[in-house]
Amino acid sequence: MISFSQVSKRYPGGYEALKSVALVINPGEMVCITGHSGAGKSTLLKLMCAIERPTAGNVLVNGQNVGALRASAIPFVRRNFGLMFQDSKLLYDRTVFQNVMLPLDIIGYDSSDAAKRVRAALDKVGLLGKEKALPVTLSGGEQQRLAIARAIVHRPSILLADEPTANLDAAYASELGDLLRSFHQVGVTVVIATHDEQLAARLQPRRIALDRGRVVVP
Amino acid sequence: MKNWLRQHGRSLTLTLARLARTPLASALNIGVVSIALALPLVFYVILTNLQGLARDNAPTPQISLFLALDALESDTRAIEGRLKKHAAVAKIRFVSRDQALADLKAKSGLTDVIASLGRNPLPDGFVIDAKENAATLEKLRDEFKTWPKVEHVQLDSAWAQRLDATIRLGRLIVLVLAGLLAFALVAVTFNTIRLQILTQRAEIEVAKLIGATNPYIRRPFLYYGAVLGLAGGMMAWLLVWIGLWLLNDRLGSLTQLYGASYAFRHLSPPDAASLCVFAATLGWLGAWLSASRNLAEFDPE
Repeated sequence: MISFSQVSKRYPGGYEALKSVALVINPGEMVCITGHSGAGKSTLLKLMCAIERPTAGNVLVNGQNVGALRASAIPFVRRNFGLMFQDSKLLYDRTVFQNVMLPLDIIGYDSSDAAKRVRAALDKVGLLGKEKALPVTLSGGEQQRLAIARAIVHRPSILLADEPTANLDAAYASELGDLLRSFHQVGVTVVIATHDEQLAARLQPRRIALDRGRVVVP
Repeated sequence: MKNWLRQHGRSLTLTLARLARTPLASALNIGVVSIALALPLVFYVILTNLQGLARDNAPTPQISLFLALDALESDTRAIEGRLKKHAAVAKIRFVSRDQALADLKAKSGLTDVIASLGRNPLPDGFVIDAKENAATLEKLRDEFKTWPKVEHVQLDSAWAQRLDATIRLGRLIVLVLAGLLAFALVAVTFNTIRLQILTQRAEIEVAKLIGATNPYIRRPFLYYGAVLGLAGGMMAWLLVWIGLWLLNDRLGSLTQLYGASYAFRHLSPPDAASLCVFAATLGWLGAWLSASRNLAEFDPE
């Protein structure tokens, strides 16, 4: 469960990205956070996985106040999440296989078991045949699918996706939507920040709309 | 435990792969480290050799007493008697002037020169083993000097003492130099690791976002620092070995001309091992400082 209570975030320089946000996302839910660019969608996701700390209020993830954690405890919180970033943040000097291996390596998985899991994740996103390829040789859609494979390979309970369809054409975007839904169907909490109306319409999730840092009731 | 070992093994292979991927930069880094280490090492080896030389040649505290050239045999006897009765004297050995000349001829090979002198320029002498330690030898020397017909009294251990003092000074210089260059080694690894962290920003950032702990991220850099230091240490040892080998080659032919033989001893295996451990530790330290400083900026405010 993720809950925000009266959360504000002010960036150095005075820009206030979120103003007294309160919301609850239940386990297994699929949620779309919508709003214009600059509405605070990315900031919301960053607060959940402790990339940023709130200026005021509490962010609770599975009962833990992630905003107040010591720096050394943050890595262990992040392992609950699968993260997809606006720019895919793939490692371009590593193969597809090695990119997906990274989270398991960080957690310290047994290597033969890990290889099996990597292949399962690649199979899931339809990239099994390309495990030795470098990410630059993949199309935009394939890169985004690779990012998904990396996000879910360690079987996180929560999947956070920031503008997953930003650089994709309609066909790839709908394919990606189906993938995200399939994770929701197996019980993963899926939180998507997007301004892609088509994606939101297709997934039929609960919507949380943001407008200039405040949650608005539609 | 097994997992832990595997993670470390992986870090080590990753580090070696990194070194191999940039062979020129790695070679230059190792070169800088090895030269920084080789400098104090050369001094250390020379000092150790000098010290060995001093130890091998340092006599038991002895005093040489030379009589005046015009001393008569009765004078010599009188002095011999006084020496034998002296409480501080353990043993004496009389070296007559003829014997001294024969010894000189035999040892130095200056037969022609000596033959051309016409007469024996050497005095009679006594070699005295004292009971006392080196400190009281000087008192004995001063006492013997006042005796009649004694021309010159010499402490044979004086040169050894002087050499010892010089070596102690040399040691201090080596220590200061080693300290400075150890600092240089730390600085070199610090900078190298900083550059590596900068070039691997993307990788570190992603790893942190995915949940990598700081020790996980730091580990390959620490290994890199340690491997850099270790390779530098071994290289320094090799450099000094080659240097001494060349020197010994020349020294051999030089000392042969003087009818002696001397060769510099190489660094002993325990010394070489501690050099490598020391260098690896310093590299590790530099990497640790650098990684701790430069990885902190990836954490949220």
